[in-house]
Amino acid sequence: MSMLVVDSIEVFYGEFQALFGVSLEVAEGETVAIIGANGAGKTTLLRTIAGVLRPRSGQVQYRGMRIDGRPAYAVTRLGIAMVPEGRKIFPSLSVRENLLIGRQSGRKGPWTLERVFDLFPVLRERADFPGIDLSGGQQQMLAIGRALMSNPDLILMDEISLGLAPVVVRELYETVQAITRTGTTVVIVEQDVTRSLQVADRVYCLLEGEVSLSGRPTDLSREQISLAYFGV
Amino acid sequence: MIKARVAEAPAGWKQLSVIRFTALGALVIGALVSLPFWGGPGVMRMMVEFLTLLALAQLWNLLAGYTGLVSIGQQAWIGIGGYALIVAADDLGLPIPLGLVLGGVTAALLALPAAGLLFRLRGGYFSVGTWVVAEILRLLVTNSTDWLRGGLGRTLAATGAMARETRELLTYALAVVIGLGVVALVHLLMRSRTGLALTAIRDSETAAANLGVETQRIKLFVYLLCAFGTGVVGALIYLNLLRITPDAAFSVQWTAFMIFIVIIGGIGTIEGPIIGAILFFILRQFLADFGEWSLILLGAVAVVMMIFAPEGIWGIIRRRWQFEIFPVHRRIGAGSDNAHAA
Amino acid sequence: MDWVGTIVQGLLLGGFYALYGIGLSLIFGVMRLVNLAHGDLIVCAAYLSLVLIEVSGLPPLLTLAIVIPVMFGLGVLLQRGVLNRVLGLGPMPPLLITFGISIIIQNGLLLAFTADTQRLPAGSLETASVPVGGWATVGVLPLLNMAIAILAIIGLQQFMGRTDLGRAFRATSDDPTTAELMGIDSKRIYGLAMGASLALIAVAGILLGMRTTFGPSDGPARLIYAFEAVIIGGLGSLWGTLAGGLLLGVAQSVGAALNPGWFQLAGHILALLVLAIRPTGLFARTRDL
Repeated sequence: MSMLVVDSIEVFYGEFQALFGVSLEVAEGETVAIIGANGAGKTTLLRTIAGVLRPRSGQVQYRGMRIDGRPAYAVTRLGIAMVPEGRKIFPSLSVRENLLIGRQSGRKGPWTLERVFDLFPVLRERADFPGIDLSGGQQQMLAIGRALMSNPDLILMDEISLGLAPVVVRELYETVQAITRTGTTVVIVEQDVTRSLQVADRVYCLLEGEVSLSGRPTDLSREQISLAYFGV
Repeated sequence: MIKARVAEAPAGWKQLSVIRFTALGALVIGALVSLPFWGGPGVMRMMVEFLTLLALAQLWNLLAGYTGLVSIGQQAWIGIGGYALIVAADDLGLPIPLGLVLGGVTAALLALPAAGLLFRLRGGYFSVGTWVVAEILRLLVTNSTDWLRGGLGRTLAATGAMARETRELLTYALAVVIGLGVVALVHLLMRSRTGLALTAIRDSETAAANLGVETQRIKLFVYLLCAFGTGVVGALIYLNLLRITPDAAFSVQWTAFMIFIVIIGGIGTIEGPIIGAILFFILRQFLADFGEWSLILLGAVAVVMMIFAPEGIWGIIRRRWQFEIFPVHRRIGAGSDNAHAA
Repeated sequence: MDWVGTIVQGLLLGGFYALYGIGLSLIFGVMRLVNLAHGDLIVCAAYLSLVLIEVSGLPPLLTLAIVIPVMFGLGVLLQRGVLNRVLGLGPMPPLLITFGISIIIQNGLLLAFTADTQRLPAGSLETASVPVGGWATVGVLPLLNMAIAILAIIGLQQFMGRTDLGRAFRATSDDPTTAELMGIDSKRIYGLAMGASLALIAVAGILLGMRTTFGPSDGPARLIYAFEAVIIGGLGSLWGTLAGGLLLGVAQSVGAALNPGWFQLAGHILALLVLAIRPTGLFARTRDL
């Protein structure tokens, strides 16, 4: 049985419709990438799963339980963590405090402050600095570490490579792979197609609020992806 | 990515045709102008009170509903207007209508430095700040024991020489001019470019600033305009009441009336304050002793409406029948805040 | 004129304003809301104590044990039952709702207790004082209040800095949407913040009620004093608010010594001067809630 099932959801911002009957399934332990151009609805999809947005119709199920309509904090407490777009580090909290906020999920598990520091040693060095004083790449590590601190079973990552140097992005994706090896399920939203295809078991492409393509990266040709991505 | 869509008055909504709108206006004006010939002095007095409440509510609505400046200190300008009238008419010997204008001018002149300080405060602190300004003015007047006779207050003497009928007619005429004038002013202002800019500022100050709308200057303009208007109405109120004391003139109850009328009628519309003022006035006639209970009742109704029907009675009517009388309604499409769909 | 005495009296009075101000800025810090019924709720706490004293014969200080939890519960109820319903609709709805509540409380108190001023019977505590350094005597009640204000600041800082819940408060204050994504129920946080604010002002309301008289229409003035303590001290700084409250008290006390009519006026003018010269307040730190 799939861990996460998104069943033909329609999502609106006021009168503006952002998602048109989008469906998606994620199995336990899988890494799934959602790709698509700017404005295709990727972040909207992720925020709907996380409970920030409510679908006007359709369902979101997690381990057989309906979670659409539940508030975001309740979804997080069920074990779905979010690495939000733009990192969203809490400016008045130190690096350590930002990580400790992850404990608000109330979930027990393998991830502790020490283990996150082992994964990202630079965060240990700068533990008492304000979170927003870190560089972009370090902030992204902090955002990932903060999500891990909630001991999730499923992590949603939104555009973690945005605005970062290629060498930093490579490093980040290595940690993503390290995280997936621990058995944590990961859903990645990316504009960087090449990068996400390298780590993903399966990929969904969104085009103007609809799923235009899905499959295993190895089964898809460059032309297929390009057509599904740009629509031309 | 920001998706802001601008919609003109909602498509398919009925508006009064120009002919009907003019006819309705003519009817109202005709009734008000002819009232002294068929209504007695009691009816005239009632209409003066109604028109002052209407004007006050319209001005507060312009300030808060259209501009987002939630003042709870508008009583400052009522007090200043009232005292300015008495000083102008009794101490300086000026004619009454000029005294009313002077009431507005004095209020606006005092509002200018006040705005310089208040506009440094954000959100709710601005509101408390407006209250502080009103309190300072009340205390200054109270401390002026010789000239303004402190807490004892003063009585307008200039009208004593007039025949009672003349005074009542004059008061009524001024009330009609001011009441209709304020409604017309808000209507025309909201149809102007300034009105469009105001709507933009209310919906998103940052976005409006990015669009090049000079938010501070427009807000200052509206703040001063409302101080002027409320000052004039304040003078009118004390032309009618004749006796002024600082505690009554600078009482926050004035602003409570304005707020309750606007919320219950419908904030951010011209029709709303009219409906609110009519309801408020009816309530006041029924509860002869307009005491604590009525204020508790009004406050409770306003709180409940704010939670469950923040658009007020007119908002409900307008949505139910998709109809409006004053064609000023413009909407900036929603979803500009977090519609950064990836 | 006894200037030292005047200033000491002002400082002691200012301790009450500081506590009012801390309650106000706690709410603003967490949810950017100004509670316009703040002052009326302070007065409400004093009346609550009065009723308890009359019904049960408890000494005023002991009524704190009942009034504090009641006010805390009232705050949670007000926030969760009323104000949380208009979250995310902009600053105007909560502002106008608290204004409505302010008018309701004022008139409700008028109906229940008439316009007569009241005083909590404190017995010997009312006038009890201790000599300080031989040059001034200081009332026990205001000293107690000052100690509570200082303890409240230290307690709040420790709470905000060292506990998981405190960090959740700060995260919610920074960015409620992201805080929710971390598993924080922001509506619960807001409820607790309002509860804590009312619990704090309950203390000040009762202690001041034992020292001076209070009436149903005193609320607005107390809201304004809270506001002025915050403005003088600087937004977002608890120690600044304490200092702001003390300065406000001194200004009022000195003003009244010069001319009895200048008591409130002197405080208002100090607040406006600070706003004109240093709009960030005299003791503002960048951010510390």
